[in-house]
Amino acid sequence: MAATAEARTLLATAWMRIRRSKIALISLCVVVAIMLFAVLAPVLSAMSGNDPFTSNTSPEVLDDFQTPGLPLPGSMYPSAQHWLGVEPGLGRDLFARLAYGGQVSLTIALLSTAVSVVLGTVIGAAAGYFGGKTDAIISRIMDLFLAFPHLLLVLSLTPILQSRLRDTPLGEGSFLPMASLVIILGFFGWAYLARIVRGQVLSLREREFVEAARSFGASHLSVLFKQIIPNVMGVVLVYATMLIPTNISAEAALSFLGVGVKDPTPSWGQMLNAAQSGNWYLSDPWFLAVPGVMLIITVLAFNLLGDAVRDALDPKASRH
Amino acid sequence: MMTFILRRAGSLVLLLFAVSFITFTLFQLGPSDPAAAACGQECTPERVSEARVALGMDQPFFLQYFDYVRGLFSSRMIGAPGAQTLCEWPCLGKSFQTNENVADIIARSLPYTFSMAIGALVLWTITGVGLGLMAALRKGSPVDKFIVGAASVGVSLPIPVTGLFLLLLFVNQLHLLPFTTNEINSPFGPQGPGAWVANYLLPWIALAVLFSASYIRVTRTNMIETFGEDFIRTARAKGLAPRTVTFKHGVRAGITPVVTMLGMDIGLLLGGAVLTEQIFSVPGLGFTAVHAAISGDLPVTMAITMLAAFFVIVANVAVDLAYAAIDPRVRLQ
Repeated sequence: MAATAEARTLLATAWMRIRRSKIALISLCVVVAIMLFAVLAPVLSAMSGNDPFTSNTSPEVLDDFQTPGLPLPGSMYPSAQHWLGVEPGLGRDLFARLAYGGQVSLTIALLSTAVSVVLGTVIGAAAGYFGGKTDAIISRIMDLFLAFPHLLLVLSLTPILQSRLRDTPLGEGSFLPMASLVIILGFFGWAYLARIVRGQVLSLREREFVEAARSFGASHLSVLFKQIIPNVMGVVLVYATMLIPTNISAEAALSFLGVGVKDPTPSWGQMLNAAQSGNWYLSDPWFLAVPGVMLIITVLAFNLLGDAVRDALDPKASRH
Repeated sequence: MMTFILRRAGSLVLLLFAVSFITFTLFQLGPSDPAAAACGQECTPERVSEARVALGMDQPFFLQYFDYVRGLFSSRMIGAPGAQTLCEWPCLGKSFQTNENVADIIARSLPYTFSMAIGALVLWTITGVGLGLMAALRKGSPVDKFIVGAASVGVSLPIPVTGLFLLLLFVNQLHLLPFTTNEINSPFGPQGPGAWVANYLLPWIALAVLFSASYIRVTRTNMIETFGEDFIRTARAKGLAPRTVTFKHGVRAGITPVVTMLGMDIGLLLGGAVLTEQIFSVPGLGFTAVHAAISGDLPVTMAITMLAAFFVIVANVAVDLAYAAIDPRVRLQ
């Protein structure tokens, strides 16, 4: 129960401070709006009578896309029927793909962040709390993880993991790329957080309340999970918020490179990939702009929110 | 100083072995059957087992790793018994796709990656440190706010979006620059330095937009902190010109975290700017790695990953040494 109260006061403090900053409030609203946009994808696309998979290659739908050059206000692609226009070539509804793609991109980003955060917190706290040999070994492993070029390793291991997962329950259809990206991004993203948590715990474990809990006969595990970890939740929350945009970009990067989410499943990275393949974006810049602008807004909003959460919870790390 | 270098060199070698071992394990044990990838599309069980023998995968794991490491020090024979071919030093295996020595593939890609890295580095260091310093000197002013805002936006621009947008605008619409070509990979080539710059300018800008944003933040924060310190007050109090105080005393002390970042980023970039190389079709290490990863060409991806980790680790040590040279308060123990 103590942990819940702790978490509530932490969030309450954060909220109190965030409310004072205009930029933080705006970015929070944008983040909530984007989440709603993704969650409500089926409802929103049903409203326009479209779905992300039906292709429509009839000339009246695709004609707009045969005008080369930058889109001018007169020849904008969006219409009442297709709110953001359609894909060149296949003629699938871009609005539906953007919304459903948001579901995929955000699910991957949030779940992989959760995996990294759980791993990073537990491993980092264990290293700091137990110290000695445990700490030395874990710290060396963290160094190793940080030495590997993240994108390159993730890029080369994703296809390998996918072929491994193909025959397991996780390997079904569109689920496979999502599961593999969550596992890979989650597994390679914990080291930085673990290092920070370790540093915090090193000073925490000398504090009186830890000693008190120990003298009451609490086991190491119980002290670790009930006394130590609740006390580092502030830092964890800060880095979790900052990890989300990183993972959104990572999903976009991997799917863009062709190793993540693949057509026909939409994701924002997959949509960028579609815009680049066959140089569609040169004749139809709108096709690049739709996922591109969405991605920029999302990453920017999450980054600004992350800055705000950090300023609110970790005054020492603030940018003056 | 000497003992410090020796000790760092010792742990460097250990770390490199650990990196090579882990990479090797991840790629050989973790994955699906590399032999299946090696024998390509029309594969029969017999051909898989042939490929397995050819790759030495019927051998115990540690023996395979030992063989691999041996190749780093001398030439070795590679392939199935009876059909062995020489893999010359430094041997990193042979490509599944082309049967070419992986070391040759890497050597061919490196000049492109160097070309990408060096220009981007110069560009983002100048803009990042320059703007960061400008913001710090005018702390709280509209200029400062604008620079900080621009940095927040810059750090949120994904490379695929900026890269494709730059290509669209400057190459396709305005015709100011050419599409990148494979023929130029050094400023000293027959086309001359001008063509080299024109060829790589857009990738440099795409990288610099993203990277300089974090340099602005770090420079600004550290310069503000440094300008508040006692030795700066002392320097001002004894009547030194503001320019001398800013550049000779302030920047020298406040720049150390930037040097750390720079070292790490150089290490990272030498391993291949994966996305940028892919977008601009520059056949450097990153580009090669993407294509190898997609086609399951394990020896190539493995070697590039190891090399990239190697660059990062070496950069780390270089940073430590540079520290002592720049900041008089840092002494190596």
